[in-house]
Amino acid sequence: MKLPDLLELNPYELNYLNKKNILNSILFDLTRFHYNNCKEYRQILNAIEFNVKIECEYKTLPYLPVRLFKNLELKSIKFDDIIKTMTSSGTSGQTVSKIFLDKETAGNQTKVLTSIVSSFIGKKRMPMLIIDSETTIRNRNLFSARGAGIIGFSLFGSKKCFALDEKMNLNIDLVENFIKDNKNEKILIFGFTYMVWQHLYKELIKNNLKLNLENSILIHGGGWKKLNHENISNNIFKEKLLEQAGIINIHDYYGMVEQTGSIFFECENGFLHSSIYSDIIIRRGFDFSEAFIGEKGIIQVLSILPKSYPGHSILTEDEGMVIGIDDCKCGRMGKYFKIFGRLTNAEIRGCSDTYENKQ
Amino acid sequence: MQRFEAAVILMKTNSKEYNVLFPDRFIEDDFTSQKLCLPFDDLVINFLNSLSKALFNDISVKNYPDVATFAFFCRKSNITSLKDKYLNNDEFKIGRGIVFHITPSNVPVNFAYSLVSGLLAGNANIIRIPSKQFEQINIIINALNSLKKILLFKEILNKIVLVGYDKKSIATDYFSSLCDVRVIWGGDETINTIRKSSIKPKSFDITFSNRYSFTVINADEYVKEKNIKKIAIDFFNDTYLFDQNACSSPHLIIWLGVESNVIKSKNIFWSELNLILNNNYELSDIIAIDKLTNFYMQSIDQNFLKRNNPLNNKLWRIELKELTSKIELYKCAGGYFSEYHAENLKAIDYIINTKYQTMSYYGLTNDQINNFLFDIKPKGVDRIVPIGKTTDFSIIWDGFNLINSLSRIITVS
Repeated sequence: MKLPDLLELNPYELNYLNKKNILNSILFDLTRFHYNNCKEYRQILNAIEFNVKIECEYKTLPYLPVRLFKNLELKSIKFDDIIKTMTSSGTSGQTVSKIFLDKETAGNQTKVLTSIVSSFIGKKRMPMLIIDSETTIRNRNLFSARGAGIIGFSLFGSKKCFALDEKMNLNIDLVENFIKDNKNEKILIFGFTYMVWQHLYKELIKNNLKLNLENSILIHGGGWKKLNHENISNNIFKEKLLEQAGIINIHDYYGMVEQTGSIFFECENGFLHSSIYSDIIIRRGFDFSEAFIGEKGIIQVLSILPKSYPGHSILTEDEGMVIGIDDCKCGRMGKYFKIFGRLTNAEIRGCSDTYENKQ
Repeated sequence: MQRFEAAVILMKTNSKEYNVLFPDRFIEDDFTSQKLCLPFDDLVINFLNSLSKALFNDISVKNYPDVATFAFFCRKSNITSLKDKYLNNDEFKIGRGIVFHITPSNVPVNFAYSLVSGLLAGNANIIRIPSKQFEQINIIINALNSLKKILLFKEILNKIVLVGYDKKSIATDYFSSLCDVRVIWGGDETINTIRKSSIKPKSFDITFSNRYSFTVINADEYVKEKNIKKIAIDFFNDTYLFDQNACSSPHLIIWLGVESNVIKSKNIFWSELNLILNNNYELSDIIAIDKLTNFYMQSIDQNFLKRNNPLNNKLWRIELKELTSKIELYKCAGGYFSEYHAENLKAIDYIINTKYQTMSYYGLTNDQINNFLFDIKPKGVDRIVPIGKTTDFSIIWDGFNLINSLSRIITVS
């Protein structure tokens, strides 16, 4: 089975064993492809003496630390074939990941995203309320993670409304009118987790306003780093948005610019699910061995999409835990898991202070 | 200069920008009008000896070997021997005035050594101590407080001000404007930041920038070593004790000797170290990822290297078949070592640049070391010490004689 065959399936219908057999062969082929087409990737595999002639299970494939995409420009295509360059959403001064896409990979990202998201919200397009400013997507040459997220999810929107102005202030009249105009339809709300919290929820509180978004679905992603600092858990997040905006249906997703498309979507029970296009492996920092179910560790993400750059197997800097396989109460097959946020920089000793300022 | 003057005026009236941890307040006019001392003044030596005693009287010191080492350093016999070694009686030397020390945030006791150097050279000292909470700092401040009751020492205690403040505070501008010498520990980034605050035209900086250190092991001698455990502990103290992040911690191991001895020595040396690591080192996940990232970056840039399959992520060894001068770019904290078997010491001269600080060694004779220095005349390397001694403090650091740098000579003819 190859990607086009998988697209015919429901993204959560294969049990783990069946999925594993399919991913083994696709991911190994990708490893060999990148070995042959990306010089840096080849040098790395040579240094660890990885043999691309002997097929192996994907859990034994090499994984690149996500920081490599910040330090290097890794790609397996010719310069002329690049159609977009995506960057991660680093704040100014930070180095950002650079991901090079060709037509094939970019197209597959869209198809897989559609397959995953529509399995949750249906195929019908909905009026879409975006918790961001239109300026975020205006510069199309350089795709930031936030911009890419908005454009990616816009596929599911019929008409769009940007809730924030260019100064990131909530445009309350606009939002209220949008809700009123679409009161007979289900509304899709999309935004980065932090933007939703900071610029929607907190603004509503500040202005003592409530919204009626009972008939809506909120999809948010981008990570919990900032909210963790404020001690806001996923449960509190859901509770407060229900209270203030009436949103019942809320889904987080885990994704990254290095593996756009094959996102991990949160089910009704609050667990993130790997689809037939991807998997996660939790690894122990002690020796990078695979952790048990229920054991916290470093998240490795695998995706069958990255072909224009060697990002099909990546070691993140996020901490997570597998909850179970094939047995989530929501009925979806495959691994389901939780994430606990970014690994923290240890306070290491020594006369150099550099770690203090590292993000 | 605008910013500088503004800061001075502001700070004279506003001390909210910093906390005085010792004594209890800072009065600029009193502090700046103090008399200078001569280097190795008897009163200073007695004061340090009393400080040493006060520290040893504190039972908690036994839990902090770094404080105990410091207390040992301050003993009269040690300081007197330093005086004999470093003070030239033919010259008239005197302190420069006010020394402002910016000490590294991750080494708890470094500030105390910096202070002692400043006092011994004859100066009044303002020390910015780490913002992180370290018990070692409290112990030393308690010992200083206990000396207040000795009237004789009042004059010395007046020359010590310990301050703490946020990196963003304009206090750096203020204290910089007062000092005659500024001592900046903490590496390149800190130095660049601190240098944005100007000092008086005649004042100057003594800086301790990022350095690179390595170890040389003569395998022909090591195979004969009986006490392999002690060597392993010494090496552990040079490296893992400070997360291999002290400027003197080695990142490169140069093996000398015949091939068979090198192979044998490597096996023994690293397995002994692994035994210590099992129970004495905690590895954080992010450091494991750092090592993987560093190794991949290194393997893209450098040919002919191989990772020895690690037992676990506490110890990573990268075997180099070719040694290039870029090796210093691939250092990584927390237990990451590149190894190279060299024919002799001369064969590595091309990698040594001004960044090189400490060369620690095992099994080298004085002749071998002297020949190395005379033949190569290395651009870098400021100290050559046996394994286990890399973190020992010395009055001479990074090639500076701190007593000479922090005092001036008055010539009379």
